[in-house]
Amino acid sequence: MNKKDAKAQLMQGNEACAEGAIYAGCRFFAGYPITPASEIAERLSYRLPQEDGTFIQMEDEIASMGAIIGASLAGVKSMTATSGPGFSLMQENLGFACMAEVPCVVVNVMRGGPSTGLPTNPAQGDVMQARWGTHGDHPIIVLSSASVWECFTLNVKAFNFSEKYRTPVILLMDEVIAHMREKIALPAPGEIEVIDRVKPSVPPEWYLPYEDTSSGVPPMGIFGEGYRYHVTGLTHDIRGFPTLRQDEIQPFILRLFRKISSHFDDIQLVEAYQIEDAEIVIIAYGCSARAAHRAMVEARAQGRKVGLLKLITLWPFPRKFVEPLTYAGKILLVPEMNMGQISREVKRVNQGKTKVLTLNKIDGTIIKPQEILEKIQEVSK
Amino acid sequence: MEDRPLIYKYLRHDKKFPHVWCPGCGIGILLGSLIRAIDHLGYSKDEIVLVSGIGCSGRLPVYVDFNTLHTTHGRALTFATGIKLAKPELKVIVIMGDGDATAIGGNHFIHAARRNLELTAIIVNNNIYGMTGGQYSPTTPYGQRATTAIYGSVENSFNIAQLAACAGAVFAARGTVYHVRQLDQLIEKALLKKGFGVVEVISQCHTHFGRLNKMGNHIEMMKWQRDNAVPVEKAKKMTPQEMEGKFEIGILVDREAPSYIEEYQKVRQKAKEAAAYQLTAKVEKEEKEESDRREISDRI
Repeated sequence: MNKKDAKAQLMQGNEACAEGAIYAGCRFFAGYPITPASEIAERLSYRLPQEDGTFIQMEDEIASMGAIIGASLAGVKSMTATSGPGFSLMQENLGFACMAEVPCVVVNVMRGGPSTGLPTNPAQGDVMQARWGTHGDHPIIVLSSASVWECFTLNVKAFNFSEKYRTPVILLMDEVIAHMREKIALPAPGEIEVIDRVKPSVPPEWYLPYEDTSSGVPPMGIFGEGYRYHVTGLTHDIRGFPTLRQDEIQPFILRLFRKISSHFDDIQLVEAYQIEDAEIVIIAYGCSARAAHRAMVEARAQGRKVGLLKLITLWPFPRKFVEPLTYAGKILLVPEMNMGQISREVKRVNQGKTKVLTLNKIDGTIIKPQEILEKIQEVSK
Repeated sequence: MEDRPLIYKYLRHDKKFPHVWCPGCGIGILLGSLIRAIDHLGYSKDEIVLVSGIGCSGRLPVYVDFNTLHTTHGRALTFATGIKLAKPELKVIVIMGDGDATAIGGNHFIHAARRNLELTAIIVNNNIYGMTGGQYSPTTPYGQRATTAIYGSVENSFNIAQLAACAGAVFAARGTVYHVRQLDQLIEKALLKKGFGVVEVISQCHTHFGRLNKMGNHIEMMKWQRDNAVPVEKAKKMTPQEMEGKFEIGILVDREAPSYIEEYQKVRQKAKEAAAYQLTAKVEKEEKEESDRREISDRI
């Protein structure tokens, strides 16, 4: 047994996600039990107090979302974890976090829906809910993990994005990834970058909490640190006070969008596998990306030119990686465990330039490599 | 007049006044009481966090120079829970209305009381949804009119202070905006309480409740408060028939119980002990494995 292997351990996706939160500096968790996300809460309930953090089980998911926003305003990195039904309950306060620009992370371990649906079966049906679940126009960052290691690293990433851009970040996992066990070695402190929010450096009397900056992200005052300001879900001016003035409303909402859209290069993450010479490119995410990778390897072995574009960032949709594929005339295949939530987005980017094939499955089971391979064989006869 | 400089000290002067409340509303009187209580107890502006929900009462924090948070409807207590747990040194005060606290936020209210986290909840009870135009609330008395109950409400109403007491609040009191001096003291006591303290404040909405129920203007409604409020001590000696249509004011519950913050410190202590134990166990196990291995290699 060498030194490196000594650190390796068999870990579940949910546990890795919880450890990722600790690594990222999260010291507050509020949640409500729900299958298949409960292990995240369970692990954090004994890990957080060891790190001088706080775990609380709230009365429902609405309260959980409120509590993590409150904790974040008091200067502590915070998160919650849930599944589809609970995620629906969180939507109103999620919008509050977008509006008031409060960093926080929401993990949604997707299960079959709609409604109570299939609590113990996987699905990928919350892609659009993550994007448009809360009312009104708002930008949001949504990441999707496809392995236990990614549950760890992407949760760190989610915290980094939320702190950097002062926005809620949603980490979409699915039941398969959440309950799957893989060998991972937890990184030592400093191995993965951890970003903290920028705090104001001006004297309190000069501080404008929602002022535009070059990055579009204003420094964040913390409750109790001398920067007394007003936080509200109402549309507000640069001082944080409610406003109905047209010349204040529009610039504010536009800034919310700009702070994300001007950093697409940083936020949009994908992994490309053998797409250069590929005639067919599979676009997949989450557990479907694992099946897609296997299908790609087998198709290559059969001499078929197949590539894979694995999406890590789902929203903002990584258009700049998909668009070149459509110009190159490659056939795109989008396997997903819903009725076509990302394929619709791919088609929007494609605008009829090339062929976009879908492979949708909503029977509560995963998409198998063989099913993707059969689809590939169908088109590349 | 003597209050003017004090109020002036705590208002946000750069805020676009005038405020949103109707002339004669009781919320302004409550705000005065709250400021006097905070000033009298000597809290600094930086350590106070004022959290509110949605409704007429929800607009209260924006006018005063504290850390202020105007949250979503009914959820003020959940945000306050997060703030207090993240930074226990802050004094977190939650302002809610009757609909805010006991209808949409009813679940959060009873659970906050049960948990006994050190929060001060001040609930302005004007028996109606004022901001949305006078719809009936959980505290609209049976038979009274509202814009969604023009034939009279057929629902029974909540007694907020008693509800808080039953749910486990260590301090529950009721005051009115007419009995201002008493209200100052009740808020002070609630602020000093180690645990979840509730002050229900009977206020008037002459714009909706008064008009719909022919109770007159704000002055007449305050006279109604004067005539129908019965001190707790006196109410104990009265029969239910005599109390008909009247309400108690004063401290209903004041007891001691360990607060959530204190209890959670114990959890942290236990967690650290467990972590230390695990670490020693791990080291011992590794040492044993190492010695076993040496033994085997020696034999070979």
